[in-house]
Amino acid sequence: MTFLLLFWTFLKIGAFSFGGGLAMIAPIQIEMEYFNWMTADEFANIIAVSQMTPGPIAVNTATYVGVKTAGVLGSLCATLGVTLPSFLMIILIAHYYQQYKNSRVLTSVLRVIKPVTLALIASAVVIVAKTSFFPDANYSLKTEFESAGLSLELIKNMPLNGTAVLLSIVLIPIIIKFKINPVVVIVASACLGLFLM
Amino acid sequence: MSIKPSGITDIFLSFFKIGLFTIGGGLAMIPLIERVAVEKKRWIHEDEIADIIAICQSVPGVIAINISIFIGYKRAGMKGALAAVFGVVLPSFIIILFVSQLLIEFHTNPYVQKAFVGAKAGVTALLAVVVIRLWRQVVTDVYTVIIALVSFASVIIFGVHPFIVITVGGLTGFTAFLIKRYVVL
Repeated sequence: MTFLLLFWTFLKIGAFSFGGGLAMIAPIQIEMEYFNWMTADEFANIIAVSQMTPGPIAVNTATYVGVKTAGVLGSLCATLGVTLPSFLMIILIAHYYQQYKNSRVLTSVLRVIKPVTLALIASAVVIVAKTSFFPDANYSLKTEFESAGLSLELIKNMPLNGTAVLLSIVLIPIIIKFKINPVVVIVASACLGLFLM
Repeated sequence: MSIKPSGITDIFLSFFKIGLFTIGGGLAMIPLIERVAVEKKRWIHEDEIADIIAICQSVPGVIAINISIFIGYKRAGMKGALAAVFGVVLPSFIIILFVSQLLIEFHTNPYVQKAFVGAKAGVTALLAVVVIRLWRQVVTDVYTVIIALVSFASVIIFGVHPFIVITVGGLTGFTAFLIKRYVVL
């Protein structure tokens, strides 16, 4: 049953996520909390690991959640689920390439979808920032089957990790200006975290 | 042009290498896919690749995987598409299978947690940079500002499921198309 649920959940994620892997972070987070498969903190860790290991975040997350909840077969179900919708759609589009390319409906739809995607990636910033800036909040799995969504309730009255906030703010202009490799950014931040936080 | 079985193996191995050697998520893969498919293997013509990337961005899913499937299919049909998708996904799948064991075991260790708090501050900055760059590219007028802000508030403040936001966005775009086409002529 878990296999089917994993497959179906990641199929939905794969089918709805316009704008690539980074726009998938928010929907994955919500689904994971809904099914109690992974805490927000764990998920943010996976995102950090994904930036340092080969492959897209969506595949990495699907694999991780799958193996954690239902072993290797589970990870296979989740990963197949997340890639199947793209596979089918791309095959279809590769067939009707020319019509698709010049479709006015598509241009019109994408004009709205693109800023939505932007908003989803901005939500991903909030998801990851929350677990770094408020490390002491209780990100444990819920005992009851309830959907918490991206609720910010969790971090109320929690101490703010000022060093982490400062690090993020300082890093933004540095990354833009010097185009630093993501791996370097994360390894350096991890070392700072180990010694300063 | 018929593709020999070795062609399929070639597609698989090429995408496997791309999947194995690109660190930093799917977006980091795109330039490498371009280089391999256009310059090295000449599977795709230079003029076509920009179109393919644009199309693959408009389809749900991981963009790099979409591009791989498209190129595999163009090169060798269904078998090519399968070879490409398995090739590009397999390395991260195998690596995460191993990494996940370590993570599940050590993520409660206090030192590991500290390192992760720092690492996630770094990821926050990296993602924020993506948002800033995309903002410049995508937000061009008052409509796009409103759509972006309303979507963000819906997800983060009001807890609306992203799938609903995406669906409403798509329907809005479709309605705008209908109005332009049939009402304002």
